Amino acid sequence: MAGTGKAHLRDSPDVLLRIEDLVVEFPVGRTGLKVNAVSGISLDVLKGETLGLVGESGCGKSTTGRAIMQLPRPTSGSVQFEGKELTAMQGDAMREARTRMQMIFQDPISSLNPRRKVRQIVMEPLNIWKRGTDAERAKKVDGILEEVGIDPVRAGESQPHQFSGGQCQRISIARSLVLDPSLIICDEPVSALDVSVQAQVLNLLEDLKAEYGLTLIFIAHDLAVVKNISDRVAVMYLGKICEVAPSDMLYEQPAHHYTSVLLNSIPVPDPEVAVTKTAIEGEPPSPVLPPPGCRFNPRCPAAQDICRSEEPQLRAVGEGHFVACHFPTITPVELTSR
Amino acid sequence: MSTQIQASARDIDGPLLELEDVTTHFKTPRGVVRAVDGVSFSLDRGKALGIVGESGSGKTILSRSIMGLLPPRGTIRGGSIKFEGREIGNLDRKAMRSVWGKEMAMIFQDPMTSLNPVMKIGRQIAEPLQIHLGMTKQNALATAERLLQDVRIPEAKRRLEQYPHEMSGGMRQRVMIAIALACGPTALFADEPTTALDVTVQAQILDLLGEQRRDRNMSLVLVTHDLGVVAGHTDEIAVMYGGKLVEKASTKGLFANMKMPYTEALLNSIPKLEDRSHTRLNAIAGRPPDLVNPPKGCRFAPRCPYAVDKCVNEEPPLIATAEDPNHLYACWYPVGSEGYHEAKVRIAASKHATDALAATSAAGGN
Ligand SMILES: Nc1ncnc2c1ncn2[C@@H]1O[C@H](COP(=O)(O)OP(=O)(O)OP(=O)(O)O)[C@@H](O)[C@H]1O
Ligand SMILES: Nc1ncnc2c1ncn2[C@@H]1O[C@H](COP(=O)(O)OP(=O)(O)O)[C@@H](O)[C@H]1O
Ligand code: SF4
Ligand code: SF4
Ligand SMILES: [Mg+2]
Ligand SMILES: [Mg+2]
Repeated sequence: MAGTGKAHLRDSPDVLLRIEDLVVEFPVGRTGLKVNAVSGISLDVLKGETLGLVGESGCGKSTTGRAIMQLPRPTSGSVQFEGKELTAMQGDAMREARTRMQMIFQDPISSLNPRRKVRQIVMEPLNIWKRGTDAERAKKVDGILEEVGIDPVRAGESQPHQFSGGQCQRISIARSLVLDPSLIICDEPVSALDVSVQAQVLNLLEDLKAEYGLTLIFIAHDLAVVKNISDRVAVMYLGKICEVAPSDMLYEQPAHHYTSVLLNSIPVPDPEVAVTKTAIEGEPPSPVLPPPGCRFNPRCPAAQDICRSEEPQLRAVGEGHFVACHFPTITPVELTSR
Repeated sequence: MSTQIQASARDIDGPLLELEDVTTHFKTPRGVVRAVDGVSFSLDRGKALGIVGESGSGKTILSRSIMGLLPPRGTIRGGSIKFEGREIGNLDRKAMRSVWGKEMAMIFQDPMTSLNPVMKIGRQIAEPLQIHLGMTKQNALATAERLLQDVRIPEAKRRLEQYPHEMSGGMRQRVMIAIALACGPTALFADEPTTALDVTVQAQILDLLGEQRRDRNMSLVLVTHDLGVVAGHTDEIAVMYGGKLVEKASTKGLFANMKMPYTEALLNSIPKLEDRSHTRLNAIAGRPPDLVNPPKGCRFAPRCPYAVDKCVNEEPPLIATAEDPNHLYACWYPVGSEGYHEAKVRIAASKHATDALAATSAAGGN
């Protein structure tokens, strides 16, 4: 079977989300060809955990996030959330499940309705779901606005464009919290923000996570940002998973050649270190005709013949650390039990 | 009469660019926005300068002021901008046209909005060559192909026939660089050229800009909010805050001996790969000042952890450090000074007091 394996899935009563063999394909016009956006990935997230998802543009991070939400439904594979299979779920059950999962996006300003007052935008989900009395709704919204650092009075008078990008991201976060979700999928929430606002928003997410007992999936292309907020990180390349590891371990001992490339691309704010770095050449190939074998082989400095014909499976290289590579930089270990 | 700069009239020995007390203000219904408020510096030929600061600190408007790319209405300009010894700060767009392309070129954050979506890439590069350099169409297209090769676009010939939407974000930014390089500019301004790109592509584009600068002996002005981006790709760094230049030094000098608490705060807010996960980030509290009503003393005072009354009331002048006449900063209590250390002690003491208070009230029960 040509999946990337499931050795990394955990057998724990605390699993909040488990996706198995997730495939998402999009047709290319009427050519009969398809975009292989996500090609058989498996992942799990425990309650209270933050899973980071990193990789270059187009590798399928957002598609994975949306497939978890069933927007649109994946081509095949399973998504189990709070013990229930979502891919077959319909109607009210599906609508209800979607309140338990929320998504926030990269472009905070355009993801908020420009014509409404900010306080109304944050309250809207409560109105739609008819949660509580008017007074209870108002109390909840104002409390959450305070929590994310937005003045409820100003929010009641102003539209999104009257706030900065960082403030709009705080507003999106507030809106995602009002229905008491258990999972929040953050799709590049800080990529459009400058470094100082990025730090504010990352700290805010950490605080809210502790306060509301949230589980997060955090999507980004900058491994330094992902490392900071995540407990565990999955590295994606062209619709596949390359490596999964606890975040500190991924940085200390990257096992996949692509992970090393990503780490090496992060600009280091130190002129003595920065000048010795060289960038990897080229860009990922088209997901319409992905390379056979290991999808990273055309750009991999360590590729050999087998990489062009056989797809590597995820194998353990350490405690909670898994890599899909024929020639990883760490020797795989035998799994004693799982 | 041609406004073109004659080679003989050029001041070859002096700095390429000299700014003296440059101001760019905008009249708005809210009042006058002091986007750039008295900036002076000079840039030598062939050097790379990084302009760093948070969003809204005036970086874009400063580079646009130099390029002469400002909105025609409601803009109030002051000070002097000399390019190769010639005053260009007072030229209108029409007069600047001879400077654009051949003398100075600019690339922007979002290549999609600056490329024409319905024109083939080849024609977009070739047309300015025909107009500015008087090349034949055939020559211009051949040059365009060579330029695409220079910016490392594979299969350059085929790409000439493509439209922007058929390319990735990284490829489009390479095309923008090719267009900017087409007429062989003496200075290239790059405004957040990699902010919309992946880290891997960002590294490629920065390397490419550095390589082209060296090959062409061109000056580069790299505008960004990320000190990490400029660290490896510039000779000098200018830090802007609230429309002012607050620190300027050689890149090595700045990182080795940072003076402005603002520069330090910008650096500290970047997540460090070597820190363990969940390390609390040192965010700068609050937001940059409203430039209609900037604080009267140090503009960073409302957010500066070391601020005292003097900072709030008196504006610190831009002065050189004792060790390096080219390292400038504007701060009453620079990093490492006595006042800075005193402030650190004061902050630690008050934090201790707050913690103690919190502990007492927690122990005091519900
Ligand atoms: N609706 C769609 N129709 C066709 N192709 C699609 C669609 N949505 C996504 N794709 C393609 O699927 C692949 C994965 O896209 P996705 O948006 O998930 O990437 P990503 O990792 O989130 O990238 P980025 O960092 O740019 O956000 C890309 O090749 C993309 O062009
Ligand atoms: N045309 C304009 N009219 C009024 N204010 C403007 C205009 N252009 C920019 N500004 C303001 O000038 C300040 C500096 O802007 P800018 O140079 O774009 O900052 P940066 O590039 O550092 O993010 C900001 O407060 C911005 O809102
Ligand atoms: S499997 Fe081969 S091509 Fe893929 S990352 Fe490992 S060594 Fe490189
Ligand atoms: S002058 Fe004062 S407020 Fe301004 S940066 Fe220096 S210490 Fe901080
Ligand atoms: Mg995405
Ligand atoms: Mg700008």
